[in-house]
Amino acid sequence: MVCASALAIIISLIFGLARLSKNRVVLGVAAVYIEFFRGTSLLIQLYWIYYVLPLLIDLSLDAFYAGFIALGLNFGAYGAEVVRGSIQAVPRSQWEAAKALNMPSFLQMRRIIIPQTFPHLLPPASNLLVELLKATALVSLISVTDLMFESKVFNQTYWMSLQVFGTALIIYYVLARFILTPFLRWLEILAARKVGKRIVG
Amino acid sequence: MAWRWEFAFEILPQLLWGTLYTLMAAGIGYAIAVVVGLIFLIGQRTPIVILNRITREVVEFIRSTPLLVQLFFVFFVAPQFGIKLAAWTAAMVTIGLHYGSYLSEVYRGALEAVPKQQWEASKALNFTTIRTYGRIILPQAFPVALPGMSNYLIGIFKDTPMLATIGVVELMQSANTVGSLTYRFLEPYTMVGVIFLIISLPAAMALRKLERTVARRQGMTKE
Repeated sequence: MVCASALAIIISLIFGLARLSKNRVVLGVAAVYIEFFRGTSLLIQLYWIYYVLPLLIDLSLDAFYAGFIALGLNFGAYGAEVVRGSIQAVPRSQWEAAKALNMPSFLQMRRIIIPQTFPHLLPPASNLLVELLKATALVSLISVTDLMFESKVFNQTYWMSLQVFGTALIIYYVLARFILTPFLRWLEILAARKVGKRIVG
Repeated sequence: MAWRWEFAFEILPQLLWGTLYTLMAAGIGYAIAVVVGLIFLIGQRTPIVILNRITREVVEFIRSTPLLVQLFFVFFVAPQFGIKLAAWTAAMVTIGLHYGSYLSEVYRGALEAVPKQQWEASKALNFTTIRTYGRIILPQAFPVALPGMSNYLIGIFKDTPMLATIGVVELMQSANTVGSLTYRFLEPYTMVGVIFLIISLPAAMALRKLERTVARRQGMTKE
């Protein structure tokens, strides 16, 4: 989960920015990548990376790596759209003002644009992270020993599906509802306050 | 292992049958979800506080647990209580409940997006509740709900491969079968991916177009 979200965040930043590029080639590559991964389902990507890739280019991935790469690539594509939307939500005048002050474009991005994207970025991004947590259950299908996989093993050993899958459901619920969501809510409030302060100060 | 076209064409009919079942699963699942969503919505809007709380918590619970685990729960636990569910029934029930809870949130957001004055104006004109909803509120809420609803339609479509895990024979399951019979996984899995892409991209575009048409008819400008 942590590995996959780290990968997803990096990918979404890169492709979110690429999606806004003026370079046709960069733009095209980013658009194809995003449409491809958003257009097919995660399970198919997972199977493809785990079962088909080794046949094609003789690159055999451990189930865990295949799982986290598939999750990262899939959610990176969704995240890239979120990044793009939040950058486009920054008012045009901010870009113009930064240009008027003769800021180099890197500094423009880092000091002016990126900090202002956070309040727009975080609510959809936290939704995606909860989705990612739930999607990790899928990696059990390529035999990564996650919570879901362990529950299936227990179920086969003890034949108590109510207890086993019920417990699994409750664990996911507690993780999402009482740990991940409050933490992300706190981040959102923090970001809103930071930006608010900066405008006032 | 190299790509073999003749093998690809040989298994194509079987995969297309699978596609048909996938589309069917998505369609039926969505129809159930739309109704379940309405039930959850009504549950959340009743004046009875306890019912209200329970529905909210149920929706929250379904929304924060993975579909795959729910699928296994319904499929393996229901028989313990003497309810024998076929894989298809279990799958449709689970998808209906899962996406129904998402859709109820979409409906709720859309209803809340209708300005309060519209309610007040209907009350001032002495409209009945049915007339208020039918003529004033729902026509305005619909264009707001439509993007969310169409997103979840595509979402259901993309989640149907999960049904293969409990043995529903749809596209993914047919690819699995072909693969395990012939020991060739390259073509089936790649073709499944391509078929999904071929269906979901035009579907997404068509739905965007529908949204724009509906929004325009309501006199709402988009973007």
